[in-house]
Amino acid sequence: MPSNSTGLADRSLAVLRKDVLCEFRTRYAINAILLFGITTLTVVSFSVGQKNLPPEVYAALYWVIIFFSAMSGLAHVFVREEESKTSTILKLTADATPVYLGKLGYNLLLLILLQIAIAPLFLTLTDAVLTDPALFIILLILGTVGLAGATTIIAAIISKASVKGALFAVLSFPILLPLLIGLISATTKAFSESGGGLGGASSELQLLVSYGVVMITASIMLFEYVWEG
Amino acid sequence: MILKALLFIVMTWTIIAAFVFPAPQQAIGDASRIFYFHIPQAWVAVLAYVVSMAASIRYLRKRQPVDDDRARVSAALGLLFSVLATVTGSVFAKVTWQSFWNWDPRQTSILILLLIYGAYFALRSAVSGYQRRARLAAVYAVFAFLAVPFLVFVIPRVLPSLHPSDSIIDSSGRFTMSGMTAMVFGCSLAAFTGLFVWMYTLRLRICGLERTGFEE
Repeated sequence: MPSNSTGLADRSLAVLRKDVLCEFRTRYAINAILLFGITTLTVVSFSVGQKNLPPEVYAALYWVIIFFSAMSGLAHVFVREEESKTSTILKLTADATPVYLGKLGYNLLLLILLQIAIAPLFLTLTDAVLTDPALFIILLILGTVGLAGATTIIAAIISKASVKGALFAVLSFPILLPLLIGLISATTKAFSESGGGLGGASSELQLLVSYGVVMITASIMLFEYVWEG
Repeated sequence: MILKALLFIVMTWTIIAAFVFPAPQQAIGDASRIFYFHIPQAWVAVLAYVVSMAASIRYLRKRQPVDDDRARVSAALGLLFSVLATVTGSVFAKVTWQSFWNWDPRQTSILILLLIYGAYFALRSAVSGYQRRARLAAVYAVFAFLAVPFLVFVIPRVLPSLHPSDSIIDSSGRFTMSGMTAMVFGCSLAAFTGLFVWMYTLRLRICGLERTGFEE
């Protein structure tokens, strides 16, 4: 129950909890995103998995898989609200920022789940050699934060559109391109012998951290304009 | 009226001068003449986005329909000029570096601008309801702009081993351009900016007329 004495964190967690509970009843988004990821991974592994390709190719393929799986599943958090007509009630009971933070948390959880499922499978099913596990894990985390941070507000925007279709991918891709470039470049270093460790990828890491911070901050500021109507 | 005539004169002069005067970069010869057209087009594409974004911010604060018109008109012109800039850029790339596209950071950033414009109009056509469309499009315009500084300033530092960037601009720069080249370039810049301003005010006037027609 909303009251002025609950803080921002409590309200955001309440929204998050609601979404996680709804998700567990139907498990629609989890299924969509995991199955898409595993299907794409299977195709990749089948076609080029054992060909001993250079590390940049494997880095690119990994993030292609993650990107398209994200495109198939991350819009669900807002689209479901619109389709089940519960968005009006949500608007009445909660302010913009807790809603955004709750939904962002939900997308983060989805993506973390996706990475946990896909990353080990990717490393076993393809010839990619992980020379720098620490860097790779940091990249997975930064990639998750960047992806979710940039796309959650886009998901809110397209949930209000009447013709959703491929709009989510079309709107998200230009914004995600700097993130993807940085991720692929840094992952190449994690997969190759002469990567140089964390120091070698320092410029990419700076890019990724600043990207996540900028996108989430801007989203928090802009979200109320999306949410109000 | 005078300004239109002036614009016509400057543009004609620029087109003639670009082909008649000695080529700006002797090493590449005549191919470098495209530099007089390509850079102003890219500049106008970015200018159009800045105008569009400023109008979007104003719309979100004041909710005046005219600001939405400004954003839309400027974005349409920006789309046109970024298509031109991308095409002239890849023609130049083909002639100098033998491939139409090589994901050089500058090329990528103009492509991103093109994609953002395309996505902006895709969003506008998908949302029904006038105010909702204006509001969502304004939010997207502001948000998408944040990706551009990352590409323009940060990526070139992250990927140093990429293909040679637009070395024409870096090596010749603003200060090592000979007087003749600088003059023609300045005229071209002024001409294209004037073209943008003229087309923008014209379309904005049409939108204003349509709007008052509606209210009757």
